[in-house]
Amino acid sequence: MARIETPADLEQYRLQLREKFGKYQYAVSVCGGTGCRAYDCINVFETLREIIDKKDMSHTVNLRLTGCQGFCEMGPLMFIHKNGIFYVRISPEAVERIVESSILGDEVVEELLYKSPADGRRIVHQQEIPFYNKQRRFLLAMNRDIDPLNIDDYIAKGGYGSLAWALFESSSEEIIDIIERAGLRGRGGAGFPTGRKWRIARQAPSPDGIKYVICNADEGDPGAYMDRSLLEGNPHQVIEGMTIGAYAIGASEGYVYVRHEYPLAVHHLLEALDQAREKGLLGKNILGSGLDFDIKVSVGGGAFVCGEETGLIASIEGKRGMPRPRPPYPANYGLWGRPTNINNVETWQNVPLILQMGADEYAKIGTEKSKGTKIFSLVGKINNTGLVEVPMGITLREIVYEIGGGIPRGKAFKAVQTGGPSGGCIPAHLLDIPVDFERLQEVGSMMGSGGMIVMDENTCMVDIARYFMEFLTHESCGKCVPCRLGTKRMLEILTKICDGQGTNENLEALESLAADIKASSLCALGGTSPNPVLTTLRYFRDEYEEHIVNKRCPAGICQALITLRIDPDTCTGCGACLKICPVEAISGEKKQPHSIDPEVCIRCKLCISRCPKEAIYTE
Amino acid sequence: MEKEGCSCNRSFVPPEDLSPLEDIVERYRGERGALISVFHEIQQTYGYLDEGIMGELAKKLGYQLSHLYGLATFYTQFRLKPIGKHLIRICHGTACHVRNVREVTEEAKRFLNIVPGETTEDMYFTLETVNCLGTCAIAPVLVVDGVYHGHMTPSKMKKLLEKMVKEGGREASGQD
Ligand SMILES: Cc1cc2nc3c(=O)[nH]c(=O)nc-3n(C[C@H](O)[C@H](O)[C@H](O)COP(=O)(O)O)c2cc1C
Ligand code: FES
Repeated sequence: MARIETPADLEQYRLQLREKFGKYQYAVSVCGGTGCRAYDCINVFETLREIIDKKDMSHTVNLRLTGCQGFCEMGPLMFIHKNGIFYVRISPEAVERIVESSILGDEVVEELLYKSPADGRRIVHQQEIPFYNKQRRFLLAMNRDIDPLNIDDYIAKGGYGSLAWALFESSSEEIIDIIERAGLRGRGGAGFPTGRKWRIARQAPSPDGIKYVICNADEGDPGAYMDRSLLEGNPHQVIEGMTIGAYAIGASEGYVYVRHEYPLAVHHLLEALDQAREKGLLGKNILGSGLDFDIKVSVGGGAFVCGEETGLIASIEGKRGMPRPRPPYPANYGLWGRPTNINNVETWQNVPLILQMGADEYAKIGTEKSKGTKIFSLVGKINNTGLVEVPMGITLREIVYEIGGGIPRGKAFKAVQTGGPSGGCIPAHLLDIPVDFERLQEVGSMMGSGGMIVMDENTCMVDIARYFMEFLTHESCGKCVPCRLGTKRMLEILTKICDGQGTNENLEALESLAADIKASSLCALGGTSPNPVLTTLRYFRDEYEEHIVNKRCPAGICQALITLRIDPDTCTGCGACLKICPVEAISGEKKQPHSIDPEVCIRCKLCISRCPKEAIYTE
Repeated sequence: MEKEGCSCNRSFVPPEDLSPLEDIVERYRGERGALISVFHEIQQTYGYLDEGIMGELAKKLGYQLSHLYGLATFYTQFRLKPIGKHLIRICHGTACHVRNVREVTEEAKRFLNIVPGETTEDMYFTLETVNCLGTCAIAPVLVVDGVYHGHMTPSKMKKLLEKMVKEGGREASGQD
């Protein structure tokens, strides 16, 4: 079918698709997220396709290369729909066996199943794996089940049904009411109520009637990649959400602002936009409703501050992406001076879901003030890295230990960092707090876009504070003095402490600078920039003091404060360290314990990474 | 819109050839706020924003050259110098940082004898660092000519570079 002209057409088309897909005996999804691509999942997929073709089974097997399925640690991943078998770490060589046993037959290939690190048990079904079974994947579930480059998959799953319902069964005001009653709050960081924002934009007068909606896919927080995965894996749900928003607000044009580091997301989005237009689900007279709305894609230039809404607007306008004071807010005075509503990718994806579930059902998920689920990227020093979608209100402990499987190599947990460079480091004694917008702020951090970076005993908290300050110094747009110079001053002090030249006065200076920067910066980049320092000072002051008073870095990170040594009992004298040392600081006879001359050593730690016996340590 | 970051097809047009520039300008003529997209396309075509090209662009669009440079230098993505045959971008995002990506970068610096932002004299390697590649699960990560390499260590870095030098015939061809 070419263009879909009415909601009835859409329903009919959906039935046709379901019948068509029903004819396949098997459906197999191979994860094609960027993480799995690094493990060469494309090769796995191509091998699978070749085998299926060779066996002349392409009419019976529906193969999908999907977006990110979340369990990036275990990629490449494969899910067989008819029997729910889930394989991890697949190599192209294993594909033939999978086809014979699990696609043609119902047998499992034991050694390709996920193996529980706790008891060595092999787990057949995805839902029984601890990483998955505490999650509630309302948004991410679709990533497993659809081919993002095929709009038919999305439609067959009920896609664009919410849009049809909104356009024909509901009014703009009603839509806003539903979003408000559902309690949806912005997933881009600050958690502003989405319905309220829409209402302001709806009511704002426009000089020529033009209004805009924007999807913020800048995803600048390092360590966060949920927006990337949602756009890559299910671009149509973003398009559908934005179109519903446009209808509610009265906007005729939309923009998606994507960062340039996400080429695959841009590619999938552009493809999806074309397909939606072709089907009459975007563009002129959508579904015959009279609504005209189209979306353009704007690719960023690599500036963190362009994630801030006024900076982002300046960037779409083709200017330097510098924020400006608010008010006026974009809802009143946004892109090219017109009322503009900006939401984050994940916020937009929640919109069709809410209309489909109904406001009351949706509002049952989460806590009193934070509704629905939130996707986090669980990364850093954690066993199960990946994307997790959890109900708001779950505790950090559940995320880190039950879903994440704890800290690798038996190391001790030290902190979890949320909220990106605006956020903070949350220590072990706060692991039982429920994760929602308010609680995270109370402990000095914030939700941010959802990065959750786990740190262990070998992470130095002063170094982390220095790292974020360096990031912010670099990313400050330079427009206001407190942020431009304040972050620089703080970085200088932190660098001194890491270099072993800190003094006790430094800590007070940091605190007083932090207060000034917070109070007087133009935008939230500056306003929240002291958070990583303040939270580490609050929860890990002893580590700062160790650096200053005892000139020690307990985590063994700060180069000026550590000494590398070789444990003579473990060293076998293999000579690997001796060969790699760039300054010839290591000596020793073959097969005899080696040693490091601390006067010559530059503490680059190359030898540590090379030693097969882990005999080299820092102190 | 081009797939930036994917530098799989890396044969750049020399900046003396102005015809692709004319195409780009024509394609975006009349489109509001398109300057950043124009920069992306120029970089995709020529590999960087060449001074001569920028001058030509200013003339064509009626901008001051300083305006164009003001814009280009605000965004870290745009390069004002040509890049080498191979582009290595190492992630310095938080997830990569806590998994000690700095040691990987140190190895690359030592091997190539350049610091991030620079290109080797024979125009073979360009080294860059980026904020986050969005593949934090496989940290530390780097991208070489559009291909992602996860779970990097200093020794894997060294092996990768050695392999690129060997397979690319660096000494033999030099600039190419
Ligand atoms: C420095 C800075 C960076 C930001 N980066 C992002 C970002 O990368 N993605 C995002 O969605 N919001 C970001 N925001 C928040 C946006 O300004 C804006 O609040 C958000 O896009 C609104 O969408 P939401 O209500 O759906 O969260 C950033 C804010 C600041 C101050
Ligand atoms: S922190 Fe390196 S890929 Fe995200």
